[in-house]
Amino acid sequence: MKSWLTTTDHKRIGQLYFWTALGFFLIGGLEALVIRAQLARPEGIGVSAEVYNQLFTMHGTTMVFLALMPLSAAFFNYIIPLQIGARDVAFPRLNAFSYWVFLLGGLFLNASFVAGPLFGAGSLSVAPDAGWFGYANLTSRQFSPGPNVDFWVLGLQILGIASLAAGFNFIVTILNMRAPGMKLMRLPVFSWMTLVTQFLVITAFPVITVALVLLMFDRFFGTHFFVPSGGGDPILWQHLFWLFGHPEVYILILPAMGIVSEVLPTFSRKPLFGYTVVVYSGVLIGFMGWGVWSHHMFSVGLGPIADSVFSATTMLIAVPTGVKIFNWIGTMWGGQIRFTTAMLFAVGFIAMFIIGGLSGVTHASPPADLQQTDTYYVVAHIHYVLFGGTMLGLFSGMYYWWPKMTGRLLSETLGKWHFWLTFVGMNLAFLPMHFSGLLGMPRRIYTYGPELGVTRLNEISTAGAFLIGISVLVFLVNLWWTRKRGEPAGNDPWQGATLEWAIPSPPPVYNFTVIPRVESRLPLWVTEHHGAMAPLPLTPPAPIHVPGGSWWPLITAFGLPLIAVAAISHQLWLAFVALAVVIVGIYRWAYEPFEV
Amino acid sequence: MRPTPRLLAAIVLAVAGCGGPFPQTTLAPRSDLGVAADNLFTHIFWWAVVVFAIVEGLLLFVIIRYRHREGGKGPSRLHGHTVLEIGWTLAPALILVFIAVPTMRTIFATAAPAPEGALRVEVIGHQWWWEFRYPALGVVTANELHLPRGKPVQLDMTSADVIHSFWAPGLGGKRDLTPGHTTRIVFTPDSLGEVAGQCAEFCGASHANMRLRVFVESDSAFGAWAARQLSAAVVPPRGSLAERGQELFAHGACIACHTITGVPQARGTVGPNLTHVGGRTMLAGAMLPNTEEWLRRWITNAPSLKPGSLMPAMPLPDDQVAALIAYLQSLK
Repeated sequence: MKSWLTTTDHKRIGQLYFWTALGFFLIGGLEALVIRAQLARPEGIGVSAEVYNQLFTMHGTTMVFLALMPLSAAFFNYIIPLQIGARDVAFPRLNAFSYWVFLLGGLFLNASFVAGPLFGAGSLSVAPDAGWFGYANLTSRQFSPGPNVDFWVLGLQILGIASLAAGFNFIVTILNMRAPGMKLMRLPVFSWMTLVTQFLVITAFPVITVALVLLMFDRFFGTHFFVPSGGGDPILWQHLFWLFGHPEVYILILPAMGIVSEVLPTFSRKPLFGYTVVVYSGVLIGFMGWGVWSHHMFSVGLGPIADSVFSATTMLIAVPTGVKIFNWIGTMWGGQIRFTTAMLFAVGFIAMFIIGGLSGVTHASPPADLQQTDTYYVVAHIHYVLFGGTMLGLFSGMYYWWPKMTGRLLSETLGKWHFWLTFVGMNLAFLPMHFSGLLGMPRRIYTYGPELGVTRLNEISTAGAFLIGISVLVFLVNLWWTRKRGEPAGNDPWQGATLEWAIPSPPPVYNFTVIPRVESRLPLWVTEHHGAMAPLPLTPPAPIHVPGGSWWPLITAFGLPLIAVAAISHQLWLAFVALAVVIVGIYRWAYEPFEV
Repeated sequence: MRPTPRLLAAIVLAVAGCGGPFPQTTLAPRSDLGVAADNLFTHIFWWAVVVFAIVEGLLLFVIIRYRHREGGKGPSRLHGHTVLEIGWTLAPALILVFIAVPTMRTIFATAAPAPEGALRVEVIGHQWWWEFRYPALGVVTANELHLPRGKPVQLDMTSADVIHSFWAPGLGGKRDLTPGHTTRIVFTPDSLGEVAGQCAEFCGASHANMRLRVFVESDSAFGAWAARQLSAAVVPPRGSLAERGQELFAHGACIACHTITGVPQARGTVGPNLTHVGGRTMLAGAMLPNTEEWLRRWITNAPSLKPGSLMPAMPLPDDQVAALIAYLQSLK
């Protein structure tokens, strides 16, 4: 227990990220199922409007910040040092700090579901309820007087710290900790996409942090940044939020693209087609992701010039995305494709992401988008991108790397059930939403009338959502059942090409007995120009120093939600206590004897 | 409606699994603005179908053709191809030009202010109802917008509280109502009848209940409607139940929020103008039919029907409620 609380081992932290994010994924999924149950029939009476608004707000917030991002982070943590031939990340204690801040921030946000009695209200009454996008000025004290939005503002600021710390950590790790010979253009594509993602994190999160601080000042100290009656402007929030929010979409999708770019070559027995093009298009997407934010705001009425420009940039970003898809297909072309579960999810990712991409092009066109935005058509789009895309990609990564992380293979039989239930379920759930949207069903409504004529479509969506729920149960059974009974993985169950497959599963605490010298992009494969890397010695030739544990990351991290608790309960003394915890934590951390 | 049935609309309706009538559909446009958006969407949709068929077809072909077979030949050595890369960069870019050009054209064609002589309506969003003001006519009403067919309309929109979004899909795309800003949409309704709509920007507890109706009428019907709106409220006959209702209204809590022209005490502006509420088809942000039963439930306990409603529950004796209903229903 103590060794887990003080761990600085990237592999353990990766596992902590995985299980925590999986827990939040289940919570977010349950929220989705309640939402779908409510919408299965017109005039649903399962939950009240107030509860529904909390559920859809927390579903979005949870899935984006507490499930998808940290599930990616689980792979960054576990896999990146292995792929680049390192013993750990650059800043192991900062890594532990990121995890604890993420965990505590997530708990703080979700505590809002049960914190009602502390504020003289019932349970399910003070959770965030202004949408994951928290549009001003609905979030002002005047229109959201309760602590709901406070939980959201403070929780997201805490989570932002976790993301920023991890972002810097992985940039330094990937740039500085690569094994000798691993030039940037020999970096595995998952590591490349992680690098791009982390640059987006460290540039996008400051933007939302600024927005959240301004909103916090409006709510706690009576400023008027977003309050029109005080000279502020709610549109400013939308610009800041989407200036963060669109790069965030790429923060969510690029890691999954990286995973798929590892899985497809392995199971096609062919190197990635057009490696350089795939890498550069990923980098290009990262840059272009900064120039498209106002396509979330066509209904604001920014004028024909702005609408045209953002429409054009949005269409342009489809080009590098399409290029990636063609290169993935090119990778499989002429290959010997083995349909393991990981491969099925990777191919499913491509098939579904194409649909999400194409519906994205339909709302890159403002006049068409004005009929689609804020309807279920867009709900369909984001779920094809973030579930059909990111989530299928992450599942692919789980089946692919699980053996490396645990030493045991997941069951392929259960895995295939998992895949097909997910695939059918998601199309049942999300495909009809295109039609309910076009037929006039807005999003974020807790009820709709039977006269809209979308009842049947909603029934199908609900059935699909529950099928996804069942598929996740199958996945959980798979994780549980193979814990002891799964087939032993050996070093390299898939005949992979990258360094993580050169070492035992699970890897020893020091990862590599000797740091390998990398001569090619596919060190474990025989290619035209290179033989396979020589096997590493089974035992280290000399003792390897491994960094010890530390309490200070956990203690420092604990101070941050404490500051939030102080703010939300208006206890100034507690704020000082919390600040003292943070300062003492950082101080002791800085002077702790600790060698990497 | 346009004469030719749209293939796209037909597909969607077939998938929807029932015949409609889909009062809020985006696929049966009834104004120039709606038609422009629909044409553009249909154009892009078919491009998307073509790309979808090609790319998914290619994917399907590859995973079937190149699945692992025992004793098959080894994997191909083709690991990159510059001409291919250039090709599949340029091809999508070219398709996007075919989408971008009509997009820009439509953006600018629909952005212009309405011509001289257009009907201007001020739309003010409230949590959770719509205020419609016709400045040239002097008419003020709520939740039900009446427009003449064939005449350009400009909606000048703002909000009294938080951001809302005006969306009557049959008439065209949505536009936000933002406090501190005035936004507009311009369109010309092209066919008679009723169009349903609702708020499309999340605006708090009862966002789902902020609905609206648009009635597109002939010139004469619109003129008659406007004339009726301009008249003072009906004065109930002496000794009638409605007169007692008027008395209760004028001396009760109602006047804090509601205006009835002709009743000097009733000058509130927080809630909808009720001068001709009896002539409206719906109540409470167009969420409830304007019937005696719904009026009763609405007056006695509005928040139970519309979560967060600013109109409080009013547990009045039955006879007083009946009188108020009689009065409100008489306000045609």
